[in-house]
Amino acid sequence: MSTHTLIETDSTEQWRLPDKGLVGMICLIVAEVAIFSIFVVAYIFYIGKSLGGPTPAEVLTLPIVSTICLLSSSITVHFAVTTLEKGKSGLSTAWLALTVLLGGIFLAGTAQEWHELIYEKGLTISTNLFGTTYYSLVGLHASHVFIGLVMLSVALLFGLAGKLESKHAHRLDMLSYYWHFVDAVWVVVFIVVYVIGR
Amino acid sequence: MNDTTYDHPEGSLAALAKPTWLDVVNSWITTVDHKRIGIMYIGYALIFLVIGGIEALIMRVQLSVPNNHFTSPEVFNRMFTMHGTTMVFFVGMPILFGFGNYLIPLMIGARDMAFPRLNSFSFWVSAFGGLLLYFSFLGGDGLYGAGTAPDVGWFAYAPLTARIFSPGHSTDYWILGVFLSGIGSVGTALNLVVTIISLRCKGMTMGRLPLLAWIYLVVSWMVFIAIGPLTAAQIMLLLDRTVGSHFFDAQAGGSAVLWMHFFWIFGHPEVYILVLPAFGFANEIIPVFSRKAIFGYAAMVGATVGIGFVSLGVWAHHMFTVGLGPAGNAFFTFATMVVSVPTGIKIFNWLATIWGGRISFATPMLFSIGFLFQFLAAGLTGIMLAVAPFDWQLGNSYFVVGHFHYVLVGAILYMIFAAFYYWFPKMTGRMMSERLGKWHFWLFTLGFHITFDLMHIPGILGMPRRVFTYEADRGWGSWNMIISIGAIFQVIAILIFVWNMIRSYMKGEKAGPDPWDAWTLEWSTSSPPPHYNFAVEPVVESRRPLWDRKHPNDPDNAYE
Repeated sequence: MSTHTLIETDSTEQWRLPDKGLVGMICLIVAEVAIFSIFVVAYIFYIGKSLGGPTPAEVLTLPIVSTICLLSSSITVHFAVTTLEKGKSGLSTAWLALTVLLGGIFLAGTAQEWHELIYEKGLTISTNLFGTTYYSLVGLHASHVFIGLVMLSVALLFGLAGKLESKHAHRLDMLSYYWHFVDAVWVVVFIVVYVIGR
Repeated sequence: MNDTTYDHPEGSLAALAKPTWLDVVNSWITTVDHKRIGIMYIGYALIFLVIGGIEALIMRVQLSVPNNHFTSPEVFNRMFTMHGTTMVFFVGMPILFGFGNYLIPLMIGARDMAFPRLNSFSFWVSAFGGLLLYFSFLGGDGLYGAGTAPDVGWFAYAPLTARIFSPGHSTDYWILGVFLSGIGSVGTALNLVVTIISLRCKGMTMGRLPLLAWIYLVVSWMVFIAIGPLTAAQIMLLLDRTVGSHFFDAQAGGSAVLWMHFFWIFGHPEVYILVLPAFGFANEIIPVFSRKAIFGYAAMVGATVGIGFVSLGVWAHHMFTVGLGPAGNAFFTFATMVVSVPTGIKIFNWLATIWGGRISFATPMLFSIGFLFQFLAAGLTGIMLAVAPFDWQLGNSYFVVGHFHYVLVGAILYMIFAAFYYWFPKMTGRMMSERLGKWHFWLFTLGFHITFDLMHIPGILGMPRRVFTYEADRGWGSWNMIISIGAIFQVIAILIFVWNMIRSYMKGEKAGPDPWDAWTLEWSTSSPPPHYNFAVEPVVESRRPLWDRKHPNDPDNAYE
């Protein structure tokens, strides 16, 4: 009994297993959901429990523009994938560029909002429980957007260098799943922070 | 380990020259081979097992007589904190991931894990976490000159972890060490899931998957759901300590109880993450040494998934003494009791597997039988503690310490020992000594029962956990002395075990590919396996592929 094969049989049925990139990405998203849910639970638990101001109603305004940008970037990244699958690298690169731009606008919007909160409205992470939970939840999400943007930008650079081909479509597809996840988290954050929490 | 077969990219010239020690070290550090990473995980866990064991001994010496001053109270606090943190995060997790890493690809007929470089990253980041935790002995002082190693207990309740009560950097080292270990755990768990789902060899349907692989699938899933809350809570605590946020700061309206919830949402599933692989080892070892196929394969899978599911809803039984109110008490008592249904199914299935079998009492089987008895006893004290009013009396007493060490040592460590004796021949190509193995088993069992059976009694007499000493008139002195004496037997047994491994590695009997006449795929390749595992990708037709090959006239799949 050494390293030779087991009984060879002619199993006619095809042996197909789920794609490992997809399974891996689902696992990563489940683990991330677990992290985010704890931050969301903490946020909801501390709504209205701050001992001092400012309160969410006083300082928060709905970030409509950046929300629209982030949500539409999910559509643009989807088109980047489908065009690459059809072999249209140039078009795919253009959609990627638009995605990075929209994501960038979202981050810039967050930065501006934070600047205003810190310097004009006097809310920092140590001001009260609202500040603590707000900056950590929104900041955790923004850091995920940032990581997604870095990865998308790498893909964009490959596209600009003319190195993006249809054989990379699957990888870009996996990256787009991460980006969709980041978008979906924003929907939850938006509802919790700007709708329920205000 | 046959280092010489490790492929050097330089080709034939490098293969001719005998590798220097630097080449060997380099090949281990840069390896992405799941077997080498598995062995590094196990070796790293064994080193920390010795360190954590020494910390336990220091505590036992201190507690053996009343009014002792072997350690200061401060050192005692550090010892129980480091002992708990080390044993859970840097012994339990890595040793289980080590066996998973080594065995899962071999068992499912794959050539490596799904993401070999992620595998290497996960190991090294966990290893770095352990180093960071122990670096606190040197660096924990910070600028405050206060504290060295963390001393906040392994569950680090607020507000003790706040900056004012825990100055210096010791708690920060604890946070970062545990955080990094969590990152590594999620990485390896992800790798295991993808390997099991996407890299099975031809014919290995989910219904034919070895039970160990099923268990690692469920465990990895639990790692995603349980480690996330821990990671999140560690981030919050780090923010509290470094940038002045108020998550667990009662002065600013924060809640210390919230930390308890977050920690135990991780902490209780963690217990099952640690014990399920032990069940998995039993699922592989008990049938082979009973010469029967496992009884109730489908029920075993169902029970595993059931335990994984129920374990996510029982965390607050660690918090009965906090005061949960009638609804919370009733729910968590009930949910905790429900766990005993799937675990009961497992115990009966193991018994039914042994029943009527031709039992061989080799060392792996001895440890498995010890496991069966001790896990049952641990479950029974668990049911006692699940009853909220009982828990109010004995929560945070030595009864609890006795109970969970019965699980962690009596069940998990016993099955880890069994796994060593069972798979050591596969990993090294040499058998471990049966004679030394029996000495190991009987001495350790004697020591285990002296220590941990009797540990329940001072708990019932009122001795709280984590006290550094006690007055003589409490009547705990002789119990504690006997408990500490039991530890001596365990130390001798562990020394025999270590000696057995070293001696067997050097000059043990040659094992051959299949020393136990077993049935799963890892035994179809040479011992130790070549780095590509299988020269030809195997094809399987039943749950026991090697049985089929050994008995072509009576294949297994006719009965499945």
